Amino acid sequence: MYCNAWQYEGRNVDKDLVAAMASPLVLAILAEGDSYGYAILKRVRELSDDELEWSDGMLYPLLHRLERSGHVRADWSASPEGRRRRYYAITDAGRSQLADQRRQWQTATRTLGGIWDRTVPGALGTA
Amino acid sequence: MSTAVVEDDIAAWRSAVTTGGAVTSADADELESHLRDQIGELRAAGLAADEAFLVAVKRLGRVDVLTAAFAREHSDRLWKQLVLTHTADAATPARLPVRMGAFAVVAAVLLDAAQALARFTPAGEVVLRDLGFFVLPVLAAYFVAVRWTPWRRVALLAAPVVVVAVAVTLYPFRPGGDTELLVAAHLPVLLWFVVGAAYLVGAARGLRRMDFVRFSGEWAIYLVLIGLGGGVLVGLTGLVLAPITSSAPDALSTWVIPAGAGGAVIVAAWLVEAKKNVIENLAPVLTAIFTPLFAAMLLVAAAVYAAFGVGRDFDRDLLIVFDVLLLVVLALVLYGLSARDPLRPAGAMDAVRTTAVVAALLLDLLVLGSMLARIGELGLTPNRVAALGLNLLLVVDLAVTAWLSIRLLAGRSTADRLERWQTAYLPVFGAWAAVVVLVLPPAFGFA
Repeated sequence: MYCNAWQYEGRNVDKDLVAAMASPLVLAILAEGDSYGYAILKRVRELSDDELEWSDGMLYPLLHRLERSGHVRADWSASPEGRRRRYYAITDAGRSQLADQRRQWQTATRTLGGIWDRTVPGALGTA
Repeated sequence: MSTAVVEDDIAAWRSAVTTGGAVTSADADELESHLRDQIGELRAAGLAADEAFLVAVKRLGRVDVLTAAFAREHSDRLWKQLVLTHTADAATPARLPVRMGAFAVVAAVLLDAAQALARFTPAGEVVLRDLGFFVLPVLAAYFVAVRWTPWRRVALLAAPVVVVAVAVTLYPFRPGGDTELLVAAHLPVLLWFVVGAAYLVGAARGLRRMDFVRFSGEWAIYLVLIGLGGGVLVGLTGLVLAPITSSAPDALSTWVIPAGAGGAVIVAAWLVEAKKNVIENLAPVLTAIFTPLFAAMLLVAAAVYAAFGVGRDFDRDLLIVFDVLLLVVLALVLYGLSARDPLRPAGAMDAVRTTAVVAALLLDLLVLGSMLARIGELGLTPNRVAALGLNLLLVVDLAVTAWLSIRLLAGRSTADRLERWQTAYLPVFGAWAAVVVLVLPPAFGFA
């Protein structure tokens, strides 16, 4: 539905997959603690070893969509350097959405994991 | 490269991002904060200021892609700039007003034809009943024409109009009977839904039902404004011409006013799209003024009726008044929602709106109770079925709206959820208007 939310620029992960991952990934990062856009993106890079690469700006429409659907809450406050920053926090609705998406992703990876080793040996070799 | 030059670059980038209206100033603040964080980090890594700026901007993504992504997410903001893109897309921007003018003339001529039919043929009352057919299909056709709606979709839009027109023409109504009056009252509602379909179906971009709600409210405001101006013009013309010819005022009210009204329907629709920012600023103000006033009035009315009970004189006329009142409240709520920024947390206006909805719900329950008592006492008539159906629909709508509004105030639901309920429920009213127009007359023997 929101396939274009984050534009895919890297070479390692298919863009539809990236789009599908985007919202659970952001919710999970916010479940670690409140954060703001720039820090969220840094965390994404860290988690993916730089294999997921998005154009940064696309994070914001996604955050606004999560806010509109009540999964995150946003507040302006001052950064340590004194600049205004928009901090995002996950809500209870966001947590249950995250739990739900986590269950779905686990089903997906378990299903695929059951067949990878038998039919496509080596395809999972680390890049 | 000095930091001052980078400040200029940032300002230029910022104004490029906010052009078009999809990215608000607050969004730009957020993006700019991101940009500065990135520049700061790159400079700390040893890049020069201008290099850091270029890399940071590249990482944020191309401005057009970025604004398009914001526009997709905030399609309510897109509303403001449909016209800009329309004229930008069209090869000849001047064509839009020309088509508008042509359709306005058609509507004006049709209404004068209706007037002629009403005055000089025995079909006077029939014309009055079918008045909606003389105007609203023209408005729907106008949207089809300016949006280049594909023919297959046009056929889908025209089919219901034709079916209803044939049915209403063939039905052997008893002249002046209840069912005929009900059809007269519900036909415009039904046709307005066809206009809505034409408005949404042909749109180049994904417009939502809420956009048509917004259109309807702004169209009504423009129509009233044009009506006021037109009234002054016609009144003065009559006064100026009166000394010369005594028949001038009569001719004006017979021929000029209907034609002007027909044309105004199209012109108002064109103005809504062409001059969006004018009314867009006015309509939320009007809603903000009248929602609290209606809330207070409804509270007083609910308290009075709760204290003194429903008198015996709660008759049909009063029921109609109440139905109109409840519909006005619903329209205010719907319109207030459409003008509301979905991201804003619940505020005082939401509390006022919730009060109005709860008071309206109480009043509607009173109306329903009284209506059921009448029906139990006197049996079903077409009028009572139509009123009962409308009030049942209203009670359901108001109850769910009240529930969702209270949850919104408690921070347990979102404005988006409330908006989705309202827009999802709208077609139910159209379906009910269709039932009243098509099913009720035969069911009651066209009485």
